[in-house]
Amino acid sequence: MIEPEAAAGGEQLIWTLLAEVPDPEIPVLSIVDLGIVRHVRQDADGRLHIGITPTYSGCPATEVIRIAVRAALDTGGHADAVLEEVLSPPWTSEWLTSAARAKLKAFGIAPPEEPVLSARRLWDAPLVTCPRCGSRASERVSEFGSTPCKAHYRCGACQEPFDYFKCL
Amino acid sequence: MSARTHAPSELDPAQQEAHFRYVLRLGDTSLVLGQRLGEWVGHAPALEEDLGLANLALDLIGQARLLLTYAGELEGRGRDEDALAFLRDAPEFANLTLVEQPNGDFGQTIVRQWLLDAWQLEIYEGLLVSADTRLGAIAAKALKETRYHHRFSSGWLMRLGDGTQESHDRVQGALDSLWRFTAELFAADDVDERMEAAAIAPALMELAPRWSARIDEDLRAATLKRPAAQPYPWHGRRGVHTEHLGHMLTEMQHLQRTYPGVRW
Repeated sequence: MIEPEAAAGGEQLIWTLLAEVPDPEIPVLSIVDLGIVRHVRQDADGRLHIGITPTYSGCPATEVIRIAVRAALDTGGHADAVLEEVLSPPWTSEWLTSAARAKLKAFGIAPPEEPVLSARRLWDAPLVTCPRCGSRASERVSEFGSTPCKAHYRCGACQEPFDYFKCL
Repeated sequence: MSARTHAPSELDPAQQEAHFRYVLRLGDTSLVLGQRLGEWVGHAPALEEDLGLANLALDLIGQARLLLTYAGELEGRGRDEDALAFLRDAPEFANLTLVEQPNGDFGQTIVRQWLLDAWQLEIYEGLLVSADTRLGAIAAKALKETRYHHRFSSGWLMRLGDGTQESHDRVQGALDSLWRFTAELFAADDVDERMEAAAIAPALMELAPRWSARIDEDLRAATLKRPAAQPYPWHGRRGVHTEHLGHMLTEMQHLQRTYPGVRW
């Protein structure tokens, strides 16, 4: 992804502005942390173009994020900025920044641990470290959880249930 | 929004119509199955499976939104995703007949899901190299989700098929009754042929054996028997539906039909 540091001048300010927009489901993460903001560009006429990508195609947060980005731009004095939906390449959990992973863990959600699961993988779930006690003795309760991006796990050491941010 | 690859005006009307119908069929298939899965919310055998089915439903409805929005643009008559989803009657829906079949028991829902997941895996993989880059981008996104849908449905197919005598018999019965709808999955018509010729769609004839091999592999693991091939009287993609779709739409479209143009 385009790192905010690499962007110049006015674009840098937009990255900073968008880094304040939280994900509605996981408010400790910003939409920049999640890799949802794909580009910030200024065209020849000086108009800003902001590309955002959905995480899962049916994620209900996508609409809320769009509204929040629009509100942040309006507040920042960029009401004429153009929001663009970017589908390709599709979002992947590998775009989470290392800061995002640390924030997830501190929030009690295990960050994605492995590269994307193989298509033929049926029974075995990825080995996940419990975000509370650090034990690897966890087991998957369900591949599906409270939001499309999370799976439901349980720790065999501290016995606590926890969410795991899935690989996609 | 992504740039359109083909300006509709550059194409001849028959080609434009076929392009619209091709995308509409994909979108309607995802929408109808998503709505069916939504009917399970609060009724699944266990909380985890309730969440699982709801997650699949969300993905499918999300895919339908991308596809129907695009279909509306290709059609060029100003219909958006909502107009297409909520303001058409059953004969205008172009989904595969398989997906409108009622949920039945959990086993029937799983068999229907698994047959369709295996089909979508082939279609979306084939669309990755489509000459229509917007459709290719939607397929690439949907494919990542379809892979875990298939992991979910084939996993349950094996647990039920290779489970107790009761679960085996029920899921075999579901397979026997739903199998007649599978002939439609790979029956190419003029729309498919036009899209294949334009390199927009993969050739169904080439996908069929791959689908079949995946189905056989999963059935073996699930200790289930593949039913005999059956004739092909089903034409959901052409708007000829079983009675079930109309009943489903009355519920799905109730709010928009009762309060036209209503907004949250």
